[in-house]
Amino acid sequence: MESIILQILTGLDKGSAYALIALGLTLIFGTLGVVNFAHGALFMIGAFCAVTLHRLLQFSHVVIDETQTDFLGNPRKIEVPYIYDWLGEPLGRAVIDWSVPLAILFAVPVMILIGVIMERGLIKHFYKRSHADQILVTFGLAIVLQEIIKAFYGANPIPMGAPSAFVGSFDFGVLVGFDVNSVIYPYWRLVYFGFSMVIIAAVFAFLQFTTFGMVVRAGMADRETVGLLGINIDKRFTIVFGIAAAVAGLAGVMYTPILSPNYNMGMDFLVLSFVVVVVGGMGSLPGAVLAGFLLGILQSFASMSVVVETIPGINQVVIYLVAMIILLVRPRGLMGRKGVMED
Amino acid sequence: MSKSNFTRRGLMKTGAATGAGLAMPTIFTGAVWSAAHSGFTNAPQGDTVTFGFNVPQTGAYADEGLDELRAFELAVEHLNGQGDGGMLQTFSEKNLDGTGLLGKRVTFVSGDTQTNSDAARASARSMIEKDGAIMISGGSSSGVAIAVQGLCQDAGVIFMAGLTHSNDTTGKDRRANGFRHFFNTEMSGRALAPILEANYGKDRKAYHLTADYTWGWSQEKSMRTYTEALGWETVNTVLTPVGAGDFSSYITPVAQSGADVLVLNHYGGDMVNSLTQAVQFGLRSLQANGKDFTIVVPLYSELMARGAGANIKGIFGSQNWDWKIENVLGDRYTGTNAFVQSFGTKYGFPPSQAAQTCYAQAILYADAVTRAGSFNPCAVAEALEGFEFNGLGNGPTLYRAEDHQCFKDVVVVKGKENPENEFDLVEIVDITPRDTATYPVDHPDFQGGSLGTCNPGA
Repeated sequence: MESIILQILTGLDKGSAYALIALGLTLIFGTLGVVNFAHGALFMIGAFCAVTLHRLLQFSHVVIDETQTDFLGNPRKIEVPYIYDWLGEPLGRAVIDWSVPLAILFAVPVMILIGVIMERGLIKHFYKRSHADQILVTFGLAIVLQEIIKAFYGANPIPMGAPSAFVGSFDFGVLVGFDVNSVIYPYWRLVYFGFSMVIIAAVFAFLQFTTFGMVVRAGMADRETVGLLGINIDKRFTIVFGIAAAVAGLAGVMYTPILSPNYNMGMDFLVLSFVVVVVGGMGSLPGAVLAGFLLGILQSFASMSVVVETIPGINQVVIYLVAMIILLVRPRGLMGRKGVMED
Repeated sequence: MSKSNFTRRGLMKTGAATGAGLAMPTIFTGAVWSAAHSGFTNAPQGDTVTFGFNVPQTGAYADEGLDELRAFELAVEHLNGQGDGGMLQTFSEKNLDGTGLLGKRVTFVSGDTQTNSDAARASARSMIEKDGAIMISGGSSSGVAIAVQGLCQDAGVIFMAGLTHSNDTTGKDRRANGFRHFFNTEMSGRALAPILEANYGKDRKAYHLTADYTWGWSQEKSMRTYTEALGWETVNTVLTPVGAGDFSSYITPVAQSGADVLVLNHYGGDMVNSLTQAVQFGLRSLQANGKDFTIVVPLYSELMARGAGANIKGIFGSQNWDWKIENVLGDRYTGTNAFVQSFGTKYGFPPSQAAQTCYAQAILYADAVTRAGSFNPCAVAEALEGFEFNGLGNGPTLYRAEDHQCFKDVVVVKGKENPENEFDLVEIVDITPRDTATYPVDHPDFQGGSLGTCNPGA
């Protein structure tokens, strides 16, 4: 029983990332009809927003400490971040310690800007082209973005820490009456799950309870009619692209303490997130979220040693197997609209 | 009136004979030179000779690869007489005088293996065929090393392996053109077992997470052999993909497995991630079977320790070399301080064991060329076989002729509890002498292959 609970919890954080990325993908596909293969790169850029802010906060000047020596026996050079000079060392340390959550504030405008530039600068020229063309151009864009990040930050993963208040793990087993240490779960992964729920709720509330959201939903259902009513739906869809980019970026920012950012991390998530979108139902926002969590948990269960021993390699292919079955049995996905992808 | 005996025919005969006589020494020495310096792949022409450095610059082992490249650059500088000379000053052989190799200036080309066998072979092939590399060195993955070693054997160039730790590199996949300075998983098992017994006892249950390729399999086998001989029980072994990133789904079952030791047969970025996540999931604070749960990392490095940060504290592992070894254990490891001084001055931080092994391999190759008096790979191989040397930081070392494996002391280390600076992360706790680390040529884990014959190529 403990193992099952632990695998569910482990699946939740991965599922949260899948759900957030798939949510953005679905928003873009539902509004603009574009299959955006650069969406994983937006997740990666979000993660590097956290790295960038962390480095900016650590920007330092060198002080030579004559009382200590370095590994070569020379007087030791100590780097002192400027933020210590401005805020005092205790507060400066605290700000650096909290750089990942603080990066949310930094990432939101950056990601919206990147999203809008991507949509206006490139993707809008491919609205009337085939999905194959859209896939090619967005995939090419993803590679360009990856290489830019690689040129600036190098190829190696960059370790990022959670704030020290969230270092350590939570004994979930004790809470539900199991033995001590039987179900241990890191605090930050709980934070990530909670954060993703807040973001998902915010996106749904925005679409459901605001006039802007109502127009976007109407545009998703019947773009032409909304246009005939004199509403500039293109402008709203551009903003939606920016919001989708921000959602992917925030997913990346908060994932950095779980997985050290590297230039290729978006590709790993992109392919799985597309499977999530297909399983959830193309264009269905609730479907994307549901499928994200379901497949994350399923992947976690498939990695249990008893499962892998029974069916070797199942953990690597389980998501694709499920996608194949869903496409065969219910081509429109779990919550897709009737008729979509069924011809 | 005098009469001259010179005729046009006589003059031509005399001229030809004189010319041939004057040219004789040149023709003679030229023939010898030609024999020694042709008839093999990429025989150097002109006044330069090109080395090919094939290292991972991307992927899970990129940190090690970039440090290897730094060391290679330094070695080339020292061979050409630039810089402070590094370990050339301490090396037991004195053939290298900083004037290049056999009168030629050493240049190099580099490639990115991407920690991928196919990419590594393509990169090595390009350096041999397009750039004319006389030798290939580098690599931070045994899968890559074995693949490139096979390519070099076929192409007729020497392969001086970099960081490759699988038994197979000088075991079932050994080749006559391939040489390994780095130690292997058998040596790690021999070195670690007594330390694990002394610190954790004989009654332990181990769970292995293993990188799913030749090195991981080899490391797991060696660790199982030596820990099971102590009396430890192996509860489970799970293979994990290289570069998995998130190991949480592999780590979560460990706590319920009944194990009280987790052996992480991971390296580089994979080890940093798996160890960090194991600590995040509370494994090091667990009590299992009435004992403190513990983690072992059989193959260690300072670079990984830097990536893992505080999570590495108190964890045992083994290394081929450590930059502090001469300061801690004295003159036996001479060469270490000279290399650290040289590398640290150029790059601002101490070298990793990957850097040291690659620097040593470049120097050993160059020395073998000088002793052989030729770049012919078969002459170089003959010079390396059975070669005893010292002064490259590892103490007295033998390049065993039968398998092209170096035998030297093995360093047992532990993550330092209270580091004094950002480079002081690893503490040397023991040395396994070369005699103890040496295994017989017919060891069962190294069977199934043979060196074959040296291939000079063209």
